[in-house]
Amino acid sequence: MSSSTITATHDTVSHGVDHEHHDDGSKTLLGFWIYLMSDCLIFSALFATFAVLSNATVGGPNGKELFDLSYVLGETMLLLVSSFTFGVAMLNMHAGHRNKVIGWLFITFLFGAAFVAMEIHEFAHLIHEGAGPDRSAFLSSYFTLVGTHGLHVTCGLIWIVVMMDMIRRYGLNDAVTRRLSCLSLFWHFLDVVWICVFTIVYLRGVL
Amino acid sequence: MSSQHSHASGADHKHANHGSLKSYIVGFILSIVLTLLSFGCVMSGAVPHDLILPGIVVLCVAQVLVQLVFFLHLSAAPGQRDNLSIGVFTVLIIAIVVVGSLWVLHNMNVNMMHPAPAMSLGNAG
Amino acid sequence: MFGKLSLSAIPYNEPIIMGTLLMVTLAGAALLGWVTYQRKWGYLWSEWFTTVDHKRIGVMYIIMALLMLLRGFADAIMMRGQQAMASADAAGYLPAHHYDQIFTAHGDIMIFFMAMPFITGLMNLVVPLQIGARDVAYPFLNSLSYWLTAGGVVLIMLSMFVGDFAATGWLAYPPLSELKFSPTVGVDYYIWSLQLSGLGTTLSGINFIVTILRMRTPGMTLMKMPVFTWTALVTNILIVAAFPVLTVTLALLAADRYLDMHFFMNELGGNAMMYVNLIWIWGHPEVYILVLPCFGAYSEIIATFSGKPLFGYKSMVYATAGIGILSFLVWLHHFFTMGSGADVNAFFGIMTMIISVPTGVKLFNWLFTMYRGRVRLTVPVLWTIGFMVTFTVGGMTGVLLAVPGADFVLHNSVFLIAHFHNVIIGGVVFGCLAAMNYWFPKAFGFKLEERFGKYSFWCWLVGFYVAFVPLYILGLKGMTRRMNHYVNPEWQPYLVVALIGAVIIMAGIGFTILQLVVSVRNRAENRDLTGDPWGGRTLEWSTSSPPPFYNFAVLPHVEELDQFWADKEHKRAYKRHAHYADIHMPRNTGVGVFMGGFGTVLGFAMVWHIWWLAAFGLLGMVASFIARAYDTNVDYYVPGAEVEKIERARLVPSQKLVEHVDPASAGQKVA
Repeated sequence: MSSSTITATHDTVSHGVDHEHHDDGSKTLLGFWIYLMSDCLIFSALFATFAVLSNATVGGPNGKELFDLSYVLGETMLLLVSSFTFGVAMLNMHAGHRNKVIGWLFITFLFGAAFVAMEIHEFAHLIHEGAGPDRSAFLSSYFTLVGTHGLHVTCGLIWIVVMMDMIRRYGLNDAVTRRLSCLSLFWHFLDVVWICVFTIVYLRGVL
Repeated sequence: MSSQHSHASGADHKHANHGSLKSYIVGFILSIVLTLLSFGCVMSGAVPHDLILPGIVVLCVAQVLVQLVFFLHLSAAPGQRDNLSIGVFTVLIIAIVVVGSLWVLHNMNVNMMHPAPAMSLGNAG
Repeated sequence: MFGKLSLSAIPYNEPIIMGTLLMVTLAGAALLGWVTYQRKWGYLWSEWFTTVDHKRIGVMYIIMALLMLLRGFADAIMMRGQQAMASADAAGYLPAHHYDQIFTAHGDIMIFFMAMPFITGLMNLVVPLQIGARDVAYPFLNSLSYWLTAGGVVLIMLSMFVGDFAATGWLAYPPLSELKFSPTVGVDYYIWSLQLSGLGTTLSGINFIVTILRMRTPGMTLMKMPVFTWTALVTNILIVAAFPVLTVTLALLAADRYLDMHFFMNELGGNAMMYVNLIWIWGHPEVYILVLPCFGAYSEIIATFSGKPLFGYKSMVYATAGIGILSFLVWLHHFFTMGSGADVNAFFGIMTMIISVPTGVKLFNWLFTMYRGRVRLTVPVLWTIGFMVTFTVGGMTGVLLAVPGADFVLHNSVFLIAHFHNVIIGGVVFGCLAAMNYWFPKAFGFKLEERFGKYSFWCWLVGFYVAFVPLYILGLKGMTRRMNHYVNPEWQPYLVVALIGAVIIMAGIGFTILQLVVSVRNRAENRDLTGDPWGGRTLEWSTSSPPPFYNFAVLPHVEELDQFWADKEHKRAYKRHAHYADIHMPRNTGVGVFMGGFGTVLGFAMVWHIWWLAAFGLLGMVASFIARAYDTNVDYYVPGAEVEKIERARLVPSQKLVEHVDPASAGQKVA
C-alpha cells in the first residue's frame, strides 16, 4: 500500500504495514465484493419469493401468456454486449488510454440504457394489458424481482456517468481506477443476476 | 497475514488478474452461445419437454461460471482466495435460503391446503 | 402538499404520550440550552458528529444504546404495570391500541436500537485496538452507518408523538401489518426506521469484515486474533448474510402497503407464511449476531480477571464459527406450529438442539478458565458469572422449546417470553454492561465506580429472576403473550411479582446511571495512567487510555496469542521508540451526518406519503454521496515529530506508575 511513498525512514517495526487509509485497490475491492455478496442475498430472497409465488396467478395471466421470449432474448443480448464493452473499457483503463475508456464506457452506457428502456417498455406493456403488479401475487413477485434488477442497472448507469466525468476531470488516477474496478464488478454481477432471471423467470415461466 | 499485505500493495494491483482481450472475447462468445442454447431449448420445441428444465438450469449454472471466471476474474489464485471463499459461503447461504424456503413453504402449503380458496376448503372438509 | 400528515396526527387526547412529549421536550430543551450556554456546538460538531474516529463513533453508539435502553425499559415497565392491574374486571390504565404499540416498540427498540448499537459500539471501540489497526477499513462509511442508525432512532421516537407506531408485535406479521388491517402510519414508521438502521448495520458489517481480514497488525494470523475479534468477525459475517433478507422482507411488505402488491395477503394469491419464513431467516441469525460479541467480551473478561490464558482458545473459535453456520439452519423453530409437518419440524428441532452444543463448549471453556485462576471479583466478572448461570437456565428452556411437541403447548405463551428474555437479558444485556465496565477505562482513561456497579448488577440479577420466573409459571399455566387484559384472577399475583421484579431492574438501571455520574464526577480518583488498569492480555491495553487518535504510534508486532501479556512478562512492554514515522489518517467529514439527515427526511416523507419531500430526501442522499466521491481532501499525515511529542508525554507517567505500584498488583502488570 504505497508504503514506499511514506515510510522513507527505516523504522523496522512499522515498516510496510502502515497507512491503512491509503486506500489501495485490494481493500476496497474486497469490501465491494462483500457488498455484492450481500446484494446476491437480496436477489436470492427475491428469487425464493418468486419461486414460492410463481403459481399464484389466481385466475390472472401466467408467464406463458405474458412473456415474449424473443423480446427477452433481445434484452439479454444488450446486457451481454454491454458486459463485453465494459470489459474492453477496463482493458483500456489498465493500458492507460483515458479517452478510449470514456468512449467504451459511453458505449456500455448506451447498451445499458437500451436494456432499461426495453424493460420499461415491457413493464408498461404488461400494465397496459391489465397484468400489473397488483393483479396477482405471481405478478407482484415478477415485477419486484425483475424491477429490482432493473433498478440496479439504472444505478449502474448513473455510476457510469459519474465515472465518465471523473475520468475527464482527474484522469486515470488511483481513486478513479479503484472505482472503475468496483463498477466493473458491479456491472458483470448484474449480468450474472440477469442470467438467473431469464432462466428462472422467463424460460421456466413459459414451460 | 504478510502475504495479504503484499497483495495490498498498490503496485501489486497493477499485476492483478484483470484479463486480456482474448479472455473477454472467449467469455463473450461462450456467453452468447450458452444464452442461445438456453433460449433455443425452450423456443425451438426440439427438446423433449422433461429435459428442458434440467437443460436450462445446467446452461444457467454454466453461464454463471463462465461469467464469474472470464468477466469477474474469480479464481483460486492466492490473491482471489478471500473472494472465492466469501463467494462459496454466499452460495451456501443462498442454497439454505432458497431451498429451505421452498421446502418449508411447500410442506406448509400441502398441509394447510394453501392456496386453495376458502370455498373449496369448505367443500373438502 | 403534506400527504397524510396533518395536525390531527399528534395524539393530543393521550395524556401519557403528551406527558412524555412534555418531558422529552423539556429535557431536550434543557440539554440544547446547556450546550448552547457552554458554547459547545462547534466542539460537538467538529470533534464528535463529524468524526471518523472509530473510538468516538463507538462511544456515540453506546450513548445511543443507553438512551434507548431507558426508552425500551419505560415501555417494559408500563406493560408490567398494565398486566399487574388489568385482571378480571379491571381494565388497567392503557387502552388496547396504545398497549399494542408499546409492546411492539419495546421489542423493536430493544433489539434494533439498544442491543444492536451497543454491540456495534463495542466492536467499534475495541476491534481496531485489538488487532493493532489505526482505524476501520472505511472510516467514512463507519460514520455513515452511525448516522443512518441515528436516523432510524429519530423516526421510531418521532412515531410516538406524530402519528402512531405499529401495533403488530415486533416483527409485524402480515396480514395484520397489511394496509387493510393496519391503516395508520404505524407500520410505515416501523418499515422505514428499520430499513434505515438496517442499511447502516449492513454497511458496518462489511466495514468490519474487511477491517478484520485486511488490517491486522503484522504477525497476527487469524488464529492469533483475540476471541472478541473472532466473535466480531463471525457476527459481521452473519450481519452481511442475514440483513439483506430483512431488507427484502420489509421491502416486500412496503410494496404491499404502498404499491398494492399481494405478497402476503391471501387474496390474489399472496402467502403470509412466506413473510414469517423470510423474517426468521434473518431473525434467528440476528440473535446470534447479538450474543456472539457478548460471548467474546465474557471470554476476554474471564481470562483477564482470572490471570490466565483463555482455556481452549481454538475450541472457542471453532464453536463460534460453528454457531455462525448453524444459526442459519434453525429458523423454523420460531414457527413450528404453522404447519410444515413432522419432517420439517423434526429437522429444525434437531438442528436447534445441535446448536446448543457449541454454546455448551463455550460455557465449559469459561469455567475451566476460572478453575485454579486467581479470580478477581470485579464488576465485569460479576456480570460474567451472573451471565453464566442465567444464560444456562435460558439455554435449557430453549432446548425445551426446541422440541416441536412441547412447542405446540408453549408457543406464543409467556413461557416463551421468559425464555428469550432469559437469554437476551442474561446473555446480551449482561454482556454489554460487563463490556462497558471492562472497556470504559480504555475509552475514557478512568475506571467506573465499583460500588454502584455492584449494586446495579445485583439489582439486575435479582430483578431478572423476580420478573421472569413468574412468567415461566404463567406460561405453563397457559397465559399467552401480548395480553392487554385477562379474565383469570389467579394470574394476577404472579404478574404483581413480575412487576416488582421490573421495579428492581429499574433500580439496577438507576444504579448504572448513578455509577456513570459518580464516576465522571470522581474521575480524578479513578484515573488510570497506565492504559492497563486490569492487567490485560490483548493489544488494546498496550496503548494509553484513552488511546491517541492514531491508536498506536508504532504498530505492534504479534508473535503469539496474548501478545501484550507476553510483552509484560518479558518486560518488553511500554517500549519507547527512537523514531516515529508519519502517520496517515482520515479527515473528519460531515457527509455522514447529512446523508443520515436526508435519510431521515426520506423515511419521514415516505411514512406520510409526502412524495416531493421523499424525492428531495433521496436526491439529497445520492447527491451527498456523489459529492463525497469528488472530495479529494479526505486524508492527511500526522508528522512523526508530533507523534513523538504525544508519545513522550504518555509514556513518562505510565512508566513512572509501573515502577511505583504495589508488588501485588504489579505482578499482574509487569510480572
